[in-house]
Amino acid sequence: MVRTQKRKLKKGLGVGYCALIYLFLFLPIAVIITNSFNATTSKPYMTWKGFTFDWYIKLFDNSALLDSFGNTILIAVCSTVLATCIGTLAAVGMYRYRFRGKGVIDALLYIPVVIPEIVLGIALLTLFAKTSIPRGILSLVLAHTTFSIPFVVFNIRARLTGYDNSVEEASMDLGAGKVETFFRITVPILAPAIGGGALLAFTLSIDDVIISYFTNGQTKTFPLKVMESIKSGVSPDVNALSTLILAGTTLLVILTQSNLFKRRK
Amino acid sequence: MVMKTKKGAAISIATMVSPVTLWMAFFIAIPLLYVAVMSFCGTDENYNVVFRLTLENYRRLLDPSYLQIYMQSILIAFLTTAFCILLGYPFAFLIARTKSRKKALLYMLVIIPFWTNSLIRIYGWRTFLSASGMLNTLLMKLNLIDTQIDFLYNIGTTVFGMVYCLFPFMILPLYTAIEKLDINLLEASSDLGARGASTFFHIILPLTASGIFSGSIMVFIPALGYFFVADILGGGNSDVIGNLIERQFQSGNNWPLGAALSMILIGITLLLVKLYQKCGGDMESLGV
Amino acid sequence: MEKTKIVEIRNVNKLYDENHVVKDLSLDVYAGEFLTLLGSSGCGKTTTLRMIAGFEQPTDGLILVEGENVADKEPYERNVNTVFQSYALFPHMTVFDNIAYGLKMKRVKKKEIHDRVMEMLELVQLGGFEKRYPSQLSGGQKQRVAIARALINNPKVLLLDEPLGALDLKLRKQMQLELKRLQKKLNITFIYVTHDQEEALSMSDRIAVMHGGVLEQVAVPLEIYESPASKFVATFIGETNLFEGRVVKIEGNSVSVMVESGMVTALGEGFSEGELVSISVRPERMNYSVTPVEGFTIEAKVREQVYVGSVIKAIVELGNGNEVKLERLAGQALPMDGTVYLYWGENDAKLLRTPDNEFFQAVENIQMC
Repeated sequence: MVRTQKRKLKKGLGVGYCALIYLFLFLPIAVIITNSFNATTSKPYMTWKGFTFDWYIKLFDNSALLDSFGNTILIAVCSTVLATCIGTLAAVGMYRYRFRGKGVIDALLYIPVVIPEIVLGIALLTLFAKTSIPRGILSLVLAHTTFSIPFVVFNIRARLTGYDNSVEEASMDLGAGKVETFFRITVPILAPAIGGGALLAFTLSIDDVIISYFTNGQTKTFPLKVMESIKSGVSPDVNALSTLILAGTTLLVILTQSNLFKRRK
Repeated sequence: MVMKTKKGAAISIATMVSPVTLWMAFFIAIPLLYVAVMSFCGTDENYNVVFRLTLENYRRLLDPSYLQIYMQSILIAFLTTAFCILLGYPFAFLIARTKSRKKALLYMLVIIPFWTNSLIRIYGWRTFLSASGMLNTLLMKLNLIDTQIDFLYNIGTTVFGMVYCLFPFMILPLYTAIEKLDINLLEASSDLGARGASTFFHIILPLTASGIFSGSIMVFIPALGYFFVADILGGGNSDVIGNLIERQFQSGNNWPLGAALSMILIGITLLLVKLYQKCGGDMESLGV
Repeated sequence: MEKTKIVEIRNVNKLYDENHVVKDLSLDVYAGEFLTLLGSSGCGKTTTLRMIAGFEQPTDGLILVEGENVADKEPYERNVNTVFQSYALFPHMTVFDNIAYGLKMKRVKKKEIHDRVMEMLELVQLGGFEKRYPSQLSGGQKQRVAIARALINNPKVLLLDEPLGALDLKLRKQMQLELKRLQKKLNITFIYVTHDQEEALSMSDRIAVMHGGVLEQVAVPLEIYESPASKFVATFIGETNLFEGRVVKIEGNSVSVMVESGMVTALGEGFSEGELVSISVRPERMNYSVTPVEGFTIEAKVREQVYVGSVIKAIVELGNGNEVKLERLAGQALPMDGTVYLYWGENDAKLLRTPDNEFFQAVENIQMC
């Protein structure tokens, strides 16, 4: 009896502890969502003045905010596509062949993962300044692609360790050339890993603050717009947009996850 | 490994690997080398970078006010890592050992908050903790306090914000390491007479140490650079090395000095990564 | 009828860095035959198969398929197909799409692909499985799909790399028969790699035994068993008793050999006095007598006898402690006490030369007596 009671107590403590951690993780999100319905109109928009939907409507008049969101999506899509293509080729090529200089490529791929983002940010800033690459959408896409590539590569590589090379041999044995084999066999089999890598690249891009902060020029992304508004107090329409984005991404991931699940079956 | 005719293989390697090589060379290797070179340069009166070999920037790094911030930044990073481990380990253990189907959901719930922009979440904490914020309101309603307390703008809140931002980078490697743990080992240990604590220190901890190591790398290094957390929650009272660099590149406009400051971060990163590899850490597990 | 050579391997060597895995291999494969490459793991048999398929390039030497040098041909340009040990089915395609793959690559018309796939499914007894995915199939079914996927291309040669290795014993026996049936029916040349000697003996028209990258013997199964060309073949295929010794006397075909435990006689040609040799005698060919036999002076004591169904397996011990195995029909048990004299008939033993690389080892063995 004592033993089962002890177990129950242990379990209860565990559940309570986890609940506290989740509270810690979700509390600021609750604040954001709450504030998006806050009727206050005076800066710094921190005191509760009653419930309203107004900010979700006013949001659509704030063209600067909407533009920044549009930029964020555009940059995320472009950099995800680029990083996924380059990363997939690299992961498969580096898995399949041994060649000189492979260690160097590996080392270059680890750099964006471990180095503080601010260092990468200022390094890219100096590069864009020196090479006169215009700072704006283009420089942001280039920068985001750069830090996304390693995550795509490592994601696919993790899946490749259990990958049976002989399916590619079988394909060539049955008359398919190298390119055809890559698109008909390799890519479809790796699709879940490629999808996972792309999703990761996309989320990294839309959430990036530090590297964008140094490489944006005059262009504002949504996180940079938030940063700008923090000084004077983040207005509830920003909270409203954040709430919408959170809802959107959650929905997107639920959909893609179930999709991936089906494919694996 | 498939080894084709030499020529065919060379073409395949070239088409598959040259995009990544060129990209990483141009956007990683060259800029970082350029930063290294720049740290030995000076500026003219208009703050333009002038190429002349000088150690001036490195001399300025030894300025006592800077030294104080390095120490503070390392302290913040250390405390952040320590709190992430202490808070995160039991949590990761509990969700990784969950047997029910809720496990996947519990795991996803750790990641979901990070789909909301980190700035705005940190700002959410500021709203919550501020003098006129929800926490104060709540505490006053409960009659626990009678004057507002300002929780914000000190090293404590900066560490708090860092822990919040970097928590998943500790949880995910810990979760992976703990999930791999073979339950039979724990049973064997208790079968051989070990009590809970000795099983933990002799079996569980050594086998999950890899997760702690990679988590620590992924928390400690970024914590040196997350200037916006120190800005929003520390209010200029608890700057990290990242703030020093940011100032030189944005308002201060002394890029060579900023480059030299970056070299400190690069140095610390290299040192820690070497240490991590020495301890048997796997680079790959940092990226996934 | 003149047999046509379909695959010719000429003086092929394969090196991986310092590792010499195939050594000067020459082998002809005839149209329509079932040839097995037999050997233990690491003997070079799979590498040989992969060189024929085009997945590996010989370091030097030639491989001809239908008289044509295939050195510059990629796997997809060769009219040979492979059944992989791991099956290598495409996990993201249905059974139908897996089997249709080769025809699709040849841009065959859809209607024809459909008909041929359906026909092939019937042939491998998988009718009705076309919509399943590989993960929904049992091991044996996967195996059939792998075979169908290769056969539908009408290859000149089908290469099979331990195709039954992952199946359990019962299923393996059944698939052996089925493969043999398919091969006869379609009259396609099979080159079959296995390490299982029973499988090789029961299925093959000819067996090529490989050891350490060297082709030891190519012959029909009976000859491989009855008259092994080397010590390795003798010990690898079936059970045998091996005696090492030195030729002491030659009278015509009859060679007298001094082995450690006495004098024995066997038939052989081209041997010279003083030469180091081995003699292989199968347990069922080993004989005994309670009285000495002319030409033989090996004495032994019966140590143990076990009934295994219709035969008795006996182990006798020689003076030096070595064991010799005998097999008798049930009811012909050996006397448990007293000395027996071992001997064999002229045609029951195989006299083998000692290979150069084992020469010193052999000398040492003999000097010990």
